[in-house]
Amino acid sequence: MSERIAVFGDKESVYGFAALGLDTYFFDPSEDYVAVFKKLCQSKSYTIIYITEAAAAFLDKEIAKYRSEPSPAIILIPGVTGNTGEGLSAIRISVEKAVGSDIFNE
Amino acid sequence: MAVKQVNPTRMELSRLKKKLNTATRGHKLLKDKRDELMRRFLEMVRENRALRMRVEEQIRRANANFVLAKSSMSDETLKTALLAPKQAVYVTTSYRNVMSVDIPVFDTETRTPDPNDIYSYGFAFTSSDLDDAVKSLSDVLPDLIRLAEIEKSCQLMADEIEKTRRRVNALEHVMIPETQEQIRYITRKLDENERSTQTRLMKVKDMMLQQAHGY
Repeated sequence: MSERIAVFGDKESVYGFAALGLDTYFFDPSEDYVAVFKKLCQSKSYTIIYITEAAAAFLDKEIAKYRSEPSPAIILIPGVTGNTGEGLSAIRISVEKAVGSDIFNE
Repeated sequence: MAVKQVNPTRMELSRLKKKLNTATRGHKLLKDKRDELMRRFLEMVRENRALRMRVEEQIRRANANFVLAKSSMSDETLKTALLAPKQAVYVTTSYRNVMSVDIPVFDTETRTPDPNDIYSYGFAFTSSDLDDAVKSLSDVLPDLIRLAEIEKSCQLMADEIEKTRRRVNALEHVMIPETQEQIRYITRKLDENERSTQTRLMKVKDMMLQQAHGY
């Protein structure tokens, strides 16, 4: 079965991905973004969901839910507004969970 | 330590001994599993970090290119240019078993084999900056897929390590000492019973001798 890749984030950051053939969904704080995101996660057609760090900040709880699920993989990417370091902190959470403390702390 | 109430019988004793045996073997196995998982996890996390830094840098550059492209084109042109993508990416997920953790492996396929199909527009009305931007983004894609694969694997493995560590600790600090304590208790009780039977017999012997011969 072939699945697709979704990119979720503010329009400025993600519209380029459409050219590559990824499905883009725009994040709009004034809309019901939680519902949109939930729908993405629950539909079986997306196995990878890239989400901009800025949008992810609004969806912490939802993303945490899918951390231990085998699918979909929710991956944070920096948006056009810059890198907030949220992506690296996601790795830090994994390390802390496994090792007990952050051993790559710099 | 508070010992759970057990019947001091031989049957219970042999049952507990078997249980202790299994627990010790399970503990050893789980400990090995934890160590190996940890080794692989650390390897993977190192790669994950390096890859993420690289990808973030590349995306940053691609985004800069897009901003540049946008500055030299009208919003409408840009929108139309990217409105109907020619290319599509499909992912096939298979799973690889690493120490009982199913980690995903993503295989990507594009709808058309032509790498130039990422340009979904005619070149007449768009600036060359847009081509550069789209190209730079498309260059990140393989790394981006790999990042998804490895980051998800890390998350799943971290979860499994946590579970395994809890199990190891539960066996090591609760289950095994408790069973040992119970075995010790039963052995003591059985020994005590034996001694009391012995003394009773000696006492009875003395009494019988007294009766029969007046010793």
